[in-house]
Amino acid sequence: MIAAGSGDRCRIGVFVCHCGRNIAGYLDTAAVADYARTLPGVVYVSENHYSCSEPGMKEIGRAIREEDLTRVVVAACTPRTHEPLFRKTCADADLNPYLFEFVNIREQCSWVHSKDRAAATCKAMDLVRMGVAKAALLEPAEAIQVEVTPAALIIGGGVAGMTAAVSLARRGFPVCLVERKQELGGRLHDLNLVYPVAEKADDLRDRLQKNVAKYEKIEVLTGAGVTAVNGFIGHFEVEIEQGKKKLSRTVGTIIVATGADVLVPEGMYGYDGHQVITQLELEAQLRAGTFAGESVAMIQCAGARNQERSYCSKICCFTALKNAMQLKTARPEMPLYILYRDLQTHGLKYEAFLNEAREKGIQFVRYSADDPPQVAGGVIRVRDLNLNRELTLAVDIVVLSTPLVPRHDTRELSHLLRVPVGENGFLLEAHAQLRPVEFATDGVYICGAALWPADISESIFQAQAAAAKAAIPMGQGLVSVEPITCQVRPELCRGCGLCEQICEFHAPGLTILQNGTRVAAINEVLCKGCGTCAAMCPTNAIVARQFTDRQLLSMLTTALRDWHAPAVKE
Amino acid sequence: MAPKKKDSNGFHPRIVVFACNWCSYAGADLAGVSRLQYPADIRVIRTMCSGRVNPAFILKAFKMGADGVLWTGCHFGDCHYMFGNYRAEENYQRLAKILDLLGIEKERYGLEWISAAEGQRWSRIINEFVENVQKLGPKKLGVKS
Repeated sequence: MIAAGSGDRCRIGVFVCHCGRNIAGYLDTAAVADYARTLPGVVYVSENHYSCSEPGMKEIGRAIREEDLTRVVVAACTPRTHEPLFRKTCADADLNPYLFEFVNIREQCSWVHSKDRAAATCKAMDLVRMGVAKAALLEPAEAIQVEVTPAALIIGGGVAGMTAAVSLARRGFPVCLVERKQELGGRLHDLNLVYPVAEKADDLRDRLQKNVAKYEKIEVLTGAGVTAVNGFIGHFEVEIEQGKKKLSRTVGTIIVATGADVLVPEGMYGYDGHQVITQLELEAQLRAGTFAGESVAMIQCAGARNQERSYCSKICCFTALKNAMQLKTARPEMPLYILYRDLQTHGLKYEAFLNEAREKGIQFVRYSADDPPQVAGGVIRVRDLNLNRELTLAVDIVVLSTPLVPRHDTRELSHLLRVPVGENGFLLEAHAQLRPVEFATDGVYICGAALWPADISESIFQAQAAAAKAAIPMGQGLVSVEPITCQVRPELCRGCGLCEQICEFHAPGLTILQNGTRVAAINEVLCKGCGTCAAMCPTNAIVARQFTDRQLLSMLTTALRDWHAPAVKE
Repeated sequence: MAPKKKDSNGFHPRIVVFACNWCSYAGADLAGVSRLQYPADIRVIRTMCSGRVNPAFILKAFKMGADGVLWTGCHFGDCHYMFGNYRAEENYQRLAKILDLLGIEKERYGLEWISAAEGQRWSRIINEFVENVQKLGPKKLGVKS
């Protein structure tokens, strides 16, 4: 690769993306492009309809070659999703990918100032100028290569965990499958039938367990929990406790398949576990053959889609239909009501199933969230929105369809793995469309209901997806770590050791030179590139690459020196 | 949240916001995806971690004529680097004493934790911060370089 940008040659190309109307619809991209032409170091500017499209990327590549660019600035969406793509575009055109700078004029400009075109345009100009100022100071860098231990840790031995384990073992990777309970199976232990195939949950569990047992590569640790995780993609050191035994394993990747809890509806609709039970309790009775109710009403969205839990748990409509159909098929004369707010029976099979349930005589009663059913002494009073009248239903058993909720120990797990938790308390994947089943932390993946309420088929395909993703770095054997790391300028270091004290990753270390002076050095494989040591270093001896003091200060200085604001309207 | 139609006393403040790559910058992106409007009076500088922000950057910003500076990062326990935000907090507390000594009003600077899932929080904080700085008017102290 040409060390473009070396020496004093700074030829910056600026590419202003329209993103269809997403940017061009809310700010004057032509004015931004014209302005970019006036900036120091800028030798080429173009506007693209979609910079990330094939023609957009070709144009960038062409300009790098033909216009002899040594720096590329793309003003478009967010580096969080598209930076890797444009870095690659640069690399494909033989420009060092770290000579690329991203300017966010969509998520942080056009979309949030969409009612003030002038202000958005002024801001975009400033952001481009800041990006150009930083770009001029960028240095080429080479990715750091890390070896990947070809082994995976899977946390959670339910449907998702077992599926992921088999999927990886079939590819030849050793797997350590850690399950808290004494037996693999997870939620399948509590279920009766599995929809849409009406298979017994026990049979599915047995099949999955046998499948796991077939593979010597899968080490199953039941009654065990992960207590510590250190390291990074390719080399995670994992501490596991199994009873009194303490084990440690080294793995290259980690898959989280810890599932979800089911909400226990304490204090809702007179829940008592006898006359008023949950779907899960009903399934346990159906499994055991102990269900003795003569008439049943099911209440959907019990504790869901409210202020506390705004999300739809998604599986409860099918669960209710599944259990209601089983009851109705066994005893066609049984009065059976499903009280719902909205029925979510998406897809081919589920909607057909709903129609079948209607034909069987299951009564659907639509209630309003503002006026929920009242349950007292075996009688339900509910206003039916479709009939617009008050109904009184006398039933033996009320079944509450409660949502899946984040596991009670989600926070602990999130701290252990240093992965984020989303607004509803479930673990948060990197990006729903661009990086599904992956965490932002490299080498850590997620599948099943730990991510959001998922049914069994969804857990299975997520598990296979997570296994497929985990297999990529393990199959390649090497991963590149971004050279966004810190380096010490030894001539400025006075060996105080502050960096060594504050770094959680033990990247900086002091060494004593032959002449007796102490000086710090940073292990770049251990360094995660946060740059905290650079901010704290009393002599500014530490350079946080890609975010150096000079680069950040040049952005700050140019922003404030030439700030654009729209003329104030009278 | 409704955008400011007209700023109070016709004043567009100059506000610099430091945002960390993993949480607050992502929260700002989510505010965008959710189309939550806020005034265009901020310029964001992205760093990998809130711990990367050298307090001197903020002094520099005020020296260069910023009317306000906001320092943002992940909530405690959410830091991608585990404890970078704790360092940011320590540094911020020291900085705040200096800013106070310099006579810079408290409404002109702040440290806020915003997660990747908190687009609304980002938008609300920016709206409030900008409004407070607008009320104060241009920063009179400081030497323009």
